[in-house]
Amino acid sequence: MIWETVRLALRSVRRNALRSFLTLLGIVIGVAAVIAMLTIGSGTTEKVKADISQLGSNLLIVRAGRPAAPGSGPQQTIRQLGDKEVAALTAHLEGVRAVSPASQKQVRVVFGTESLTSSITGTDNAYLDARDWKVASGRPFSESEVRGGVNVCLIGETLRQQFFGAGDPDGAAIRVGRVSCKVIGRLEPKGYSGFGQDQDNVVLMPLQAFQRRIAGNRDIDNIYVAADDVTPTSVVQTRIEDIMRDVRRVTADREDDFSVRDMTQIADAMASATATMTGMLGAVAGVSLLVGGIGIMNIMLVSVTERTREIGIRLAIGAHEKHILIQFLVEATVLSLLGGLIGIAIGLTLAGVASLALSIPFAPSLAVVLLAVGFSALIGMVFGFFPALRGARLDPIEALRHE
Amino acid sequence: MTTAPLILFDKVWKTYGQGEAEVRALAGIDIAIAQGEFVAIMGPSGSGKSTAMNIIGCLDTPTSGRYAFMGTDAGRLDRNRRAVLRNLYIGFVFQGYNLLPRTTAVENVELPLIYRGAAAHERRALAMQALAEVGLEGREHHTPAELSGGQQQRVAIARAIVTRPTLLVADEPTGNLDTARSHEIMELLTRLNEEAGLTIVMVTHEADIAAYAGRTIAFRDGHVASDTRKLEAA
Repeated sequence: MIWETVRLALRSVRRNALRSFLTLLGIVIGVAAVIAMLTIGSGTTEKVKADISQLGSNLLIVRAGRPAAPGSGPQQTIRQLGDKEVAALTAHLEGVRAVSPASQKQVRVVFGTESLTSSITGTDNAYLDARDWKVASGRPFSESEVRGGVNVCLIGETLRQQFFGAGDPDGAAIRVGRVSCKVIGRLEPKGYSGFGQDQDNVVLMPLQAFQRRIAGNRDIDNIYVAADDVTPTSVVQTRIEDIMRDVRRVTADREDDFSVRDMTQIADAMASATATMTGMLGAVAGVSLLVGGIGIMNIMLVSVTERTREIGIRLAIGAHEKHILIQFLVEATVLSLLGGLIGIAIGLTLAGVASLALSIPFAPSLAVVLLAVGFSALIGMVFGFFPALRGARLDPIEALRHE
Repeated sequence: MTTAPLILFDKVWKTYGQGEAEVRALAGIDIAIAQGEFVAIMGPSGSGKSTAMNIIGCLDTPTSGRYAFMGTDAGRLDRNRRAVLRNLYIGFVFQGYNLLPRTTAVENVELPLIYRGAAAHERRALAMQALAEVGLEGREHHTPAELSGGQQQRVAIARAIVTRPTLLVADEPTGNLDTARSHEIMELLTRLNEEAGLTIVMVTHEADIAAYAGRTIAFRDGHVASDTRKLEAA
């Protein structure tokens, strides 16, 4: 019986192909918009999360200068971080995997006739640990190289390709700024960051060598701290702040002259901001679904009026009210479900194309698709109910007399 | 032969509208029609014959009085119960055929069986058989638009008899047909009445069509003006 009704509904949809298509269009556009929005949105969220977690897991970054407050101007004098902060954190901080100082500078790097401006980072081996970075070939710094500030360096994939092609860079001497530096290893590729930065265009060297020969000062730009897996980053952040205030003699009545950024928190905040945006866009798209539903109601009312005589015949030969009700309800539902399915196909295609264009992951969600199917069916039932009821309540005598 | 009549009108009144605008369609009618009769109902428009037909066909109910169909007080049943009664015991034939457009003959004939919940293959077999009975072999898969008026009316008759009803209600069944086609249809109805014992109640304007029936009831102003039986049968 229900299969019979579905077949009947499909036939009626096909019979008025153009009209059905135009009616569907509302639902198609609505569903396609919602699906595309939500899929692109969740792709963006994933991308943001992945970008930030690429910096390293459970990572906190300590910097000099008070935390930037909105509307505050540039800070007059910044008391730089130094060895004593690193020493204090290394000695007293609990619940961490790695503590590593790092200073950066953009410097021209030359090998043979090739040259490239790279980000030079002065640091130690703990930096690799903090950033979840591995040495792909060669070796990390030795203890004595770090302590003595020897001119050795680890190079990123971009430099390797530029200078050595597929070859082995180990043992080669490259020129970093004005100093010669022996390559002892190569870092595994990390790709581009979410901010479009080539993370492989880097040279790592011992902090002391960097300070003495590249930067010309003893400042430390950042201290990277990686929390271990059992200690929440928020706890580690509080501990860092306590130690830092103590070392830098920041009394309770003064503002911090340093900042601690919890990258996990930032990732979560950015992801949830993206998700909120996605939700809002989805809701706006959802309005067009409502409009589509009204379109269905309209066309079903027309359909019931047009087929008044048919309803009369059916009632006369023994159809119950519920048979007529179900017939038109199924027709409305088939119509909107069809629109929903086409909309899902279009929405996913749009999202796929957009993902390629924006180079974000294509993240279709089964839950969203099922929700769209369910929702479009629901729209058909809700907006089809009133017209169907109108048909079912017709008086067979009147209906048969209808021209 | 003291069986209860198939159709019994007991002081049936039917009025439409209220107060000043009240229209009296039937004014206390008494009719009894036995199983197996072929009755023609005649009368000018506004005489109440259509109203009486609708009540007989369980499409409508009396305002007052009692209408019994097969001994059941059909006038007091609700919409859906009357729908069941129509589906099980009554077949309808209309002046304008009232077939579903763009639907094949056999599918049209199957329609009442769908509401009876019959299985698809059973429906198809019964519908084919009914079409054969009305002489439409080979036309089963034509749509109404591809059939002549007489053929369409045959499809409608097949649809009416496919459920093997007790009563056939025909509302001017030849109203849209030429004389030759009209007589063919009437011969078919007569055959169904005589061979299958189908009770037929038919509304008509035309005396020569009414002549096929064994009994003619004439309506005037909501009353039965005359009720005559054919003598030649005796």
